[in-house]
Amino acid sequence: MGFLWTLVALVVVLAIAWRFLGQYMAAVYEGRVKWAAFVERPFYRLMGVDPEAEQSWQRYAASLIVFSGIAILATYLILRTQAYLPFNPQHLPNVTPALAWNTAVSFVTNTNWQNYSGETTMSYLSQMGALAVQNFVSASVGIAVAVALIRGFSRKGSKTIGNFWTDLTRGILYILLPISFIGAIIFMAQGALQTLGGPVHIHDVLNGFNQTIPRGPVASQEAIKQLGTNGGGFFNANGADPFENPTGLTNFLSISLILCIPVGLTYTFGKMVGSVRQGVAILAAMAIIFGAWLAIGTFAEHQANPAVTAAGLTHQTTGNMEGKEVRFGDTSSALYNVVSTQTSTGSVNSANDSYNPMGGFTTMTGMMLGEVTPGGVGSGIYTILIYAIIAVFIGGLMVGRTPEYLGKKIQAAEVKLAALGTLVMPITVLILTAIAVSVHAGQVAPLNKGPHGFSEILYSFTSVTNNNGSAFAGLSSNTAFYNIIQTFGFLLGRFAIIVPALALAGTLAAKNVVPASLGTFRTDKPIFVGLLIGVILIVGALTFFPAVSLGPIVEQLSHGKFF
Amino acid sequence: MLTHIRRSIIASIAFFAVLGLLYPLAETGIGQTLFSHQTNGSLSKYGSALIGQKWIGPKWFQGRPDAYNPMSTGGTNLGPRSKVLVSDVAKQIALLHKEGIKPTPSLVTTSGSGVDPDISPAGAYAQVDAVAKARGLPVSRIRQLVTSHVTGPELGFLGSPYVNVLKLNEALAKLK
Repeated sequence: MGFLWTLVALVVVLAIAWRFLGQYMAAVYEGRVKWAAFVERPFYRLMGVDPEAEQSWQRYAASLIVFSGIAILATYLILRTQAYLPFNPQHLPNVTPALAWNTAVSFVTNTNWQNYSGETTMSYLSQMGALAVQNFVSASVGIAVAVALIRGFSRKGSKTIGNFWTDLTRGILYILLPISFIGAIIFMAQGALQTLGGPVHIHDVLNGFNQTIPRGPVASQEAIKQLGTNGGGFFNANGADPFENPTGLTNFLSISLILCIPVGLTYTFGKMVGSVRQGVAILAAMAIIFGAWLAIGTFAEHQANPAVTAAGLTHQTTGNMEGKEVRFGDTSSALYNVVSTQTSTGSVNSANDSYNPMGGFTTMTGMMLGEVTPGGVGSGIYTILIYAIIAVFIGGLMVGRTPEYLGKKIQAAEVKLAALGTLVMPITVLILTAIAVSVHAGQVAPLNKGPHGFSEILYSFTSVTNNNGSAFAGLSSNTAFYNIIQTFGFLLGRFAIIVPALALAGTLAAKNVVPASLGTFRTDKPIFVGLLIGVILIVGALTFFPAVSLGPIVEQLSHGKFF
Repeated sequence: MLTHIRRSIIASIAFFAVLGLLYPLAETGIGQTLFSHQTNGSLSKYGSALIGQKWIGPKWFQGRPDAYNPMSTGGTNLGPRSKVLVSDVAKQIALLHKEGIKPTPSLVTTSGSGVDPDISPAGAYAQVDAVAKARGLPVSRIRQLVTSHVTGPELGFLGSPYVNVLKLNEALAKLK
């Protein structure tokens, strides 16, 4: 019963975020919100940016890529020199080169895959000044791209798609920072850490137990980690660690923070293109797929763990509790991880690796659908709009007429860009997985044997290429091989979709609007929602079915077999 | 190109100052002022209420079979068809039977954090008889102690009910 109320509460929170945050975000990116102008203006003056000056898609993309490159460099430098910098009470050494490179690229691409344990690797300055800064910045970059693509649809005969520097700054100052600021206070009130004091040593006189308890500025990072759909934990256990996610309330807050911007952006989209119904159609496609995956995932985790049953615990009153925290229970744990994997967040409040076969299937395949249900901040909507172009293209083929979307003719150039945008991810995932399972350095990494070991490798490349960051964490991937090969996934999964999305924004903005006629395929009707869902599922299923069969599916079918 | 690089460097420095220093330090100031108990680790003289400890039975209520090393958090990551998991759980079940405790899911599985401070109410009630016997106290008093330490879901519906093992054992130590 409690879980049903949790879902009801979540729907209420998200409905409010959709309507009001969505409207607010539209106002922010149209330059109508000015309450932080006293901070915003000095930023532009420092950077030498004229906030009114617009950029072509090429200049927008160039700004974005150069900025991301500098961000990788800055993050790398802080990690490599943390031993000489302040806020390092544990006197941790500099992060090693391969790991610092992997981590820097991972955080700048909004992936937050972690090949390190925060508690024994990162100084407080690295956490606050390198990693958390990228949590804000990479999230704002994602929303900027989404807004640029939306402008492509909403403008007519325009050579420009906005200004990257203004979009970047506005997203941070007006959206991400204020919400994180309030979110962090709730995390602190509930028990999350927020101190610059170092670890404490405990000797419990009752049981004679000794413990060293790590601490740090956790709450401030936790809030933006969720809100920005980043997912990188302060500690290794991420959202399972009681210092990051102390109560059922913070668990709910985390889920709400993760979903509010991706869901709200569908309203922003509708508002900016002049028809909220268009946004509702996109949201409906997202929600239907998400709902189906959530149902499978929570049902699977509400069942007993086969290994625990085989060990002799037959009458189990709760579901699979291996790798889960008691305060969350089986279903709220599954809810969190399903949300996190379908939003490219990747934070976890329970061990995905210990999920039942169909539970692991849901978290893995949720990412394989391209992180569009509802996907990460910005990245979810710009990716699903690319899928929408494919959907109207297929619709156009069926009736034999040039497809249109939101009044823009979809022609060869747009379809090519959309195809590129949808194919990069699966191709990268499958090739990198194939390389890893073929070489010794890749084969030795999994902890588990049998199909689950293969799942750990497949999950890893699915996660890094979809910029998710969650893991089947038994994989020992802090090795030179994985540290290097994963960065190809991070970079291709991010920029090889962003560039086509911005190019689409450019070509669409330049077009004129064709007036809707009787023959126009309506994209605010259920039939379009169905077609869009079909495209997302078919692209995902066709490309990944063989690989998934060798992992979670064969595992599910291996009744009574243990490896 | 040079303009992009110059702007990127300036933006990176400005964001570092505002998001990397000002924001977390302001939160630290607020947290240390308003919620100093929580933000410093929810510490009592026995340990942190949020970080579990290893309790050896039967005189104490035991937690989950975690490693309880907060400097190395995380789950075992053993999959649902892992032979290692089968044998680990079987060992824990045998251990509990030897101590006269009926195994429950939370008492035989490890957590996601490796430092879970809680067990399920069922896991606590399962230990009542063994603890009462070891301490020579009436079963009803111990049962009552457990009942008074069951925390329900937040706001009545968020998460699952649980018993904090450290708080329960602190109260147990005070029983005469």
